[in-house]
Amino acid sequence: MSISVNHISKHFGAFTALDNISLEIPEGELVALLGPSGCGKTTLLRIIAGLEQADQGDIFLKGDKVTDKPVKNRQIGFVFQHYALFRHMTVFDNVAFGLKVKPRRDRLSDADIAKKVHALLELVQLDWLHDRYPDQLSGGQRQRIALARALAVEPSVLLLDEPFGALDASVRKDLRQWLRNLHHDLNVTSIFVTHDQEEAMEVASQVVVLNHGRIEQQGAPGDIYDHPANAFVSRFIGQTNVFDLDEHDADWLQTAGLLTAQQKGKIAHVRPHDIVIEKSTADSDAFVTLKDWQHLGSLIRIELVKSGAAGQAASVYAEMPNDQFRRLHLNRGDKVELRIRHAHWFH
Amino acid sequence: MAQSNIMPGFRPAISFTLVYLALIVLIPLSAMLLKTFELSLDEYWAILTNPRVQASFRISFGAALIAAFVAGVFGFIIAWSLVRYTFPGKRLFDALIDLPFALPTAVAGIVLAAIYEPRGWIGKIVMDTLDVQIAYKPLGIVFALIFIGLPFVVRTIEPVLQEFDTAMEEAAASLGATRLQAFVKVILPNILPATITGVALAFARGVGEYGSVIFIAGNMPYISEIVPLLIITKLEQYDYAGATAIGLTMLILSFLLLLLINGLQWWVRRRSGQL
Repeated sequence: MSISVNHISKHFGAFTALDNISLEIPEGELVALLGPSGCGKTTLLRIIAGLEQADQGDIFLKGDKVTDKPVKNRQIGFVFQHYALFRHMTVFDNVAFGLKVKPRRDRLSDADIAKKVHALLELVQLDWLHDRYPDQLSGGQRQRIALARALAVEPSVLLLDEPFGALDASVRKDLRQWLRNLHHDLNVTSIFVTHDQEEAMEVASQVVVLNHGRIEQQGAPGDIYDHPANAFVSRFIGQTNVFDLDEHDADWLQTAGLLTAQQKGKIAHVRPHDIVIEKSTADSDAFVTLKDWQHLGSLIRIELVKSGAAGQAASVYAEMPNDQFRRLHLNRGDKVELRIRHAHWFH
Repeated sequence: MAQSNIMPGFRPAISFTLVYLALIVLIPLSAMLLKTFELSLDEYWAILTNPRVQASFRISFGAALIAAFVAGVFGFIIAWSLVRYTFPGKRLFDALIDLPFALPTAVAGIVLAAIYEPRGWIGKIVMDTLDVQIAYKPLGIVFALIFIGLPFVVRTIEPVLQEFDTAMEEAAASLGATRLQAFVKVILPNILPATITGVALAFARGVGEYGSVIFIAGNMPYISEIVPLLIITKLEQYDYAGATAIGLTMLILSFLLLLLINGLQWWVRRRSGQL
C-alpha cells in the first residue's frame, strides 16, 4: 500500500470534519476524493500531506509511519487549489525551489538543477515561459507550473487540492485528459480532491466518495456508478430519478415494469438511460406526457411529466441517443409509454 | 485632452489637484526659494559650511536614518505579531500602535525625556547596568525618532502581511524548505517593498521631527542639536535668510533621499516580479 490512512478523526471545535476514516491506496493509483463541500475531503488531503494534524489515527506513506513527521520530511508533492506559486519568482525559480532548498550535501549542482527544471517545464509543455512571473500566466499555465514544481522534488505521493476548480470549463476539459496521461507516464501515486463527480469519473482510476466526514464508498468509477452502495452515492454520482413507494402510485410503477416481487427496499433510483420510452398508440396506456427535451451532445435528455398518486405532477428524466429519439418523431405534449429497465433499491 | 476619457471628472479632479498642490506645497516652497535668493551664493555656501550647521545636518539625518532602520526591524516584528498570532489584549495593543500619531509630539518628548533621563525609570537602570546615558545625548534623539517612526512601519507592513497568501508558506514547506528558508526566500521578499516604504516614511518624518526631539536631545551645539532647532534659533535671531537657506538645503536633501528610496523600492519590486 502506498498510502494508508488508519482511523483518522479530526474535529474543528464541535464540528466533526473526519470521523474515523480508514483508507488504503495501492501504488500507482490516481484516486479522487469526491464529495460535496464540507464533507472533509480537503481536510483529509491536508492531513495526509502533513499540513494539518489529525486528532486521532495514523498515516503511513510507503509503509512509513509519518503521522508525526512535518510536511517537509514527508516527500509529498502538493498542488494547491489556487496554486500558491511564489509570485516574486520566475517560473524557473518556482520549479527550482524544491531543489535549491535541499541541504548542501543532497543538492544538485546548479547546472543539473537547470537541466532538471527545463526537463520538467518541457514535461508540462511550458519551457518557453521559464522567465515569466506567475502573474503573467493564465490559470491553466499556473496550474501546470504548480504541478511541475511539486514534481521537481520527486515526491513518492502527489496530492492535488481541487486541481481544476479555479479554471474555466474548456481549459478544465483539456487539463483533465492531460493529467490522466501525465499520471500514466509518471505512475506516481496521486490523490486529488474534487466536488465534481464528472471530473472524478473521467480522471481517476479509483474514486472515494466522502460525505459528512465518512467514506460512503470506494471503488473504480464504473463500479461506483453501476453499483452504488447507498442512496447518497447513487444521487451524487450521475443523474438519477428517485421513486419512493410511499409517494408513488404502485399501479403506475407496476405498469412501468418497476414494481416486481424481488424489490429490496422502498426507494428506487433509476438512471435516465434505464428508462425506455415509446410513442403511445392506445390512449388508455399512455400515462406520461413529454414536456420538453435538451440536447446533451450525442444524447437527448427528455423531461416527462406524470401525475403523482395525490394528483401532483412529477418530473421523470430519461436519456436516449440522438438518432433513436429522432426516429420516434415525438413532439412536446405527446403521450408516451415508459418502461424502466433497471433500478437500484434502497431503504 | 480632446479624446474622451473613460473615467468621468478628469478636468475638475486635475484642476483641484493642481490648485491644492500650488496653494499648499508649491507656493510656500517657492517663497522659501525666493527668500534664499536674498543671499549671494557665497553667503549661502558660508552658512552651509558652518561647522555647527554641518554637525546638525549629520545629527538630524544620521539619527533619522538609524531610527528608521530600528523602527523597520521592530515594526516588522510587531506587525508580524499582530497579524499572525492571537493573544489577549491584541486589539488594545493594536490601538496603542497609533498613539504616536495622535499624541502631541511635545508631550511625547517630555514623557520620553522623563523616563530615559539618567534618574528616570528606565534611564537609571540603563545607566547603572550599561553605563549608557540615553536622554540629553544623540542616543536620546534616536529613541524619540523610533517612537515617532514606529507606527509608520507597522501600518504599512500590516495590510501587506494580512494579504500574504499563507499557502505560499505551506508550498515552501511541502517542497522541503525549513521555516527559516520559507521566511527568507518566500515571506521576506513579498513583504520587503512595504517594509522599505514604511522605513522611508519613518525616515522622512524623523528628519523633520521637532517637538518630541528637543525635550530629550539636550540640544548641545555640535553634539545633539538637530536642524529644525537650528532653524528656529536662526529665526529667533531674525536671520530669516539664514533659516531659509538651511530649510531649502534640508528640503533638497530630503527630496534626493526619498527619490533614492523610491528608486530602491522600484528596483526591489522589479526584481521580485511585482512590476
